[in-house]
Amino acid sequence: MGNGTHIGRVRGLGAAHEGAHHWVTQRLTAGSNLLLMLWLIVSLVRLPELSYGVVQSWLSSPWAAVPMILLVISVFNHFRLGLQVVIEDYQHDETRIVLMSLLNYFTIAAGTFAIFSILKVAFTGAAA
Amino acid sequence: MTVSILHRVTGSGMATVGVIVFLWWLGALAAGERDYARFMDLLTVKSGAPNIAGYILGIGLTLSFFQHMMTGIRHFVMDAGAAFELKANKSFAVLTVVVSVLLTAALWGYITYDQLKAAPAGNAPIAVETK
Repeated sequence: MGNGTHIGRVRGLGAAHEGAHHWVTQRLTAGSNLLLMLWLIVSLVRLPELSYGVVQSWLSSPWAAVPMILLVISVFNHFRLGLQVVIEDYQHDETRIVLMSLLNYFTIAAGTFAIFSILKVAFTGAAA
Repeated sequence: MTVSILHRVTGSGMATVGVIVFLWWLGALAAGERDYARFMDLLTVKSGAPNIAGYILGIGLTLSFFQHMMTGIRHFVMDAGAAFELKANKSFAVLTVVVSVLLTAALWGYITYDQLKAAPAGNAPIAVETK
């Protein structure tokens, strides 16, 4: 094992055993996104109107709040992986690390905000 | 190649613009009736129909979603090792655009039809748009 070229340094070490993880998670979340997003679109279109009362009482049911939380987990993981690939493909210097960190902060902050909002509606908005 | 780029563009667009609108909507809903009304005022006219911003965001995001969904399904098929023949590959790529446009048109056709049907319950003729 030399210390010259990149290939020379990794030759003989074997696989890292995590190479497929990104790829597999991207596909797993793609499948759940497909179901959950179609559920969301159909649900919203089928509501009589998108007024506060209607949407709030819809989202306070566990049958809407739980799939909504699952949707946030699935979609947000999926877009984090997707944007990661986009950053990796177009940024090659130190901006890559900055953008990658921002992406992770953004995803976790946005996901937490979304789930908290859903839970707040679900726990406080029980229609009388 | 075009649809591969479309997949990236629509994905990146939804992950930024789509997520911001989504968070705004959920946050306003959680904050209460007044904040929610303010959010809806930005995107709709009084009757509940979308205004110009609402149409641009609504149609833009749903078209992006359907396009991303169709090219995503295409990726699944190609992951399975199918549709690599030049001709099949090309037709599948074109098909993703055709289907996503059709699905978007169908969705917004349905939404508009639903609104026209529900809106003037009085004696106004059904097809009059009041904006």
